[in-house]
Amino acid sequence: MATLLPPPTKRQRTDATEKARQQQDVESVPADLGSIRVQFFDQATGSATGPAVSVPVADATVKNLETLLNTLQGNDDDERVPYRFTYQSDDKDKQTIDILADLYHSLLKPGLKTTEDTVPLYFTPQAVFRVKAVSRCSASIAGHGEAILATSFSPISSSTMVSGSGDSTARVWDCDTGTPMHTLKGHTSWVLAVSYSPNGAMIATGSMDNTVRIWDAKKGQALGGPLKGHTKWITSLAWEPYHLQQSGAPRLASASKDSTIRIWDVVSRRIDTVLSGHKGSVTCVRWGGTGKIYTASHDRTIKVWNATNGTLLQTLSAHAHRVNHLALSTDFALRTAYHDHTGKVPQEESEKVAAAKKRFEQAATVNNKIVEKLVSASDDFTMYLWEPESSNKPIARLLGHQKEVNHVTFSPDMAYIASAGFDNHVKLWNGRDGKFITTLRGHVGAVYQCCFSADSRLLVSSSKDTTLKVWNVRTGKLSIDLPGHRDEVFAVDWSPDGQKVGSGGKDKAIRIWRH
Amino acid sequence: MPQNEYIERWQKQHGKRLDHEERTRKRQAREHHQQSKDAQNLRGLRAKLYQQKRHAEKIQMKKRIKAQEEKNVKSSAPEEPSKTPLPQYLLDRSQATNAKALSSAIKDKRNEKAAKFAVPLPKVKGISEEEMFKVVNTGKKTAKKSWKRMITKPTFVGGDFTRRPVKYERFIRPMGLRYKKANVTHPEMAVTVQLPILSVKKNPQNPLYTQLGVLTKGTILEVNVSELGMVTTNGKVVWGKWAQVTNNPENDGCVNAVLLV
Repeated sequence: MATLLPPPTKRQRTDATEKARQQQDVESVPADLGSIRVQFFDQATGSATGPAVSVPVADATVKNLETLLNTLQGNDDDERVPYRFTYQSDDKDKQTIDILADLYHSLLKPGLKTTEDTVPLYFTPQAVFRVKAVSRCSASIAGHGEAILATSFSPISSSTMVSGSGDSTARVWDCDTGTPMHTLKGHTSWVLAVSYSPNGAMIATGSMDNTVRIWDAKKGQALGGPLKGHTKWITSLAWEPYHLQQSGAPRLASASKDSTIRIWDVVSRRIDTVLSGHKGSVTCVRWGGTGKIYTASHDRTIKVWNATNGTLLQTLSAHAHRVNHLALSTDFALRTAYHDHTGKVPQEESEKVAAAKKRFEQAATVNNKIVEKLVSASDDFTMYLWEPESSNKPIARLLGHQKEVNHVTFSPDMAYIASAGFDNHVKLWNGRDGKFITTLRGHVGAVYQCCFSADSRLLVSSSKDTTLKVWNVRTGKLSIDLPGHRDEVFAVDWSPDGQKVGSGGKDKAIRIWRH
Repeated sequence: MPQNEYIERWQKQHGKRLDHEERTRKRQAREHHQQSKDAQNLRGLRAKLYQQKRHAEKIQMKKRIKAQEEKNVKSSAPEEPSKTPLPQYLLDRSQATNAKALSSAIKDKRNEKAAKFAVPLPKVKGISEEEMFKVVNTGKKTAKKSWKRMITKPTFVGGDFTRRPVKYERFIRPMGLRYKKANVTHPEMAVTVQLPILSVKKNPQNPLYTQLGVLTKGTILEVNVSELGMVTTNGKVVWGKWAQVTNNPENDGCVNAVLLV
């Protein structure tokens, strides 16, 4: 029989409350520090918003700084933007620090700055909308006869999703009602890659049977026969960004195990260019917004190609083992093209292109330059952060994983990089300089994929241990655990509008998660 | 605590001798000298026994070296694409086929209620009490009333068992017939691993035998499967799982069991 402890005495209780009060007091900002001079700089352009302003230290919280900056920018009450503030030191190490709660705890207390100095604060606008963490399984839809290998939401909205499966079909799902919409039959082997075109009208599927197929996303019908040419299975697909497409003639890049990349003209159904040069299986292909194609391969290199004429521009070699995955800082903007969070779609074709171009440039502009950063994950347990435009050398080497890194992704606002490894951990890195931020521990099996929410505040990861986990990016803590799958979860995707998460795995059922 | 582990007990209570590490190191360093001295100087039967022992040891050593070398060699055989569908990023990886990679693919089955009670060996032959117990009649009082029994079958005795005083001890479970580990086969994966027994859940012969931990054919055991890396749907690691004994441990000298999934 367990012995019950006596309830705490009065003295113990008063001691405890006293201690709690003291600990709370430590958190507060001392009132007698006077004021500090703050100058705001735009992270994207690097230009100052105006002269330095004096701010009382006691009130210099992120909330108040936001209000101040909004006033300085002349934003009206109804169009106030949330900002994130960072401080970049002038030293050689170029340390960047996020202002988490207030200036005192982030800068003054660690002794980085004194109240005598002028503090340069770089601001980046955050998403004005807020994605709520998904918390429940709204639908578990059976239909596939074999394991689900890839999923992708439509860029238009969260109501349709496509999944590729080992039963050699791809299926389109209506996520609002949790019902199957179309079955895309035609492949003769597993469907390994699925991808929506940036305007959401077409779906491309790549399969183990060495072919690529194009489907009408609305009607669920095949657009012509298979695109033949590869001699081994298709590993990855990438659509030409919307603002680069010739009107009515979108192109598609497919990477294959046969170590080539083929660029297809989707309408005339012909091979446009064959990019050969890799010596091993090509694992990942990404089509950048500046007209470059980035490919990663088992031959330890990343190659950058010119998409218009198919010439090799650069070879980035630093990895010591096969490169598994690539992510571009502009991935999200390119994937969703002109579909933004307001849901308003331009009518005219030219307006759409302009909107897509504007969104891309907004995402890619840093210090008035269009910069596309690239991060690569490898079997050598490391990742590299590249800026192929400026140098063949990596910006940073991201060390920390203890096993192969399988998947890597940029947050939509480019501030974070998340990497999923076979060592059961997800790690977060700073998207600007590749500095390590935190490790998200919680999975008990290899983590296969991860995906940011549209506002970059949340991250979902799928794992071999049959669960999905939603993480809070800012605090680095587990937000919500989503058990429910019966077996390994191979693929996960967060819809671009942030409402739903779709996942599929070895248990053959698609699961839709929502708030 | 078992009674025979008095050295370990002493070490737990008082710690090791201060020069323990040094003494073991020195003994190990001297070992080869001792071996060669023995090999040269032993005569007669002792020499014969010694050479037999060395021979067996050397075989083991060579086997180990060979296994180690094989582990380092990368297999050049063309990798068959697996039969089960795998996503692109798992395709070219050599699938770890060892027992640790046992998947949890058979979880659907566990959901069926009936499956929980369906065991591979539903019926077993009865064992009479005469066969199970030997009457102990040593000592004056014990012999007079013959109340003491010795169990003649293999048993599992938990780690925290201490014998009762002789006067009160009705059942004796012989040390030589105690088992701590079972060779457990995963029926779907067809792999066998040696796992520690946690407890005896049910002996179909008699509830008393369950209490005593008797291991006979058809007995349900709980085994520690934590090293198989199985997970529940909630993502928690499965620790204990049930298994059924499939052989007659008394005939074979080992416990073979099949995992109930």
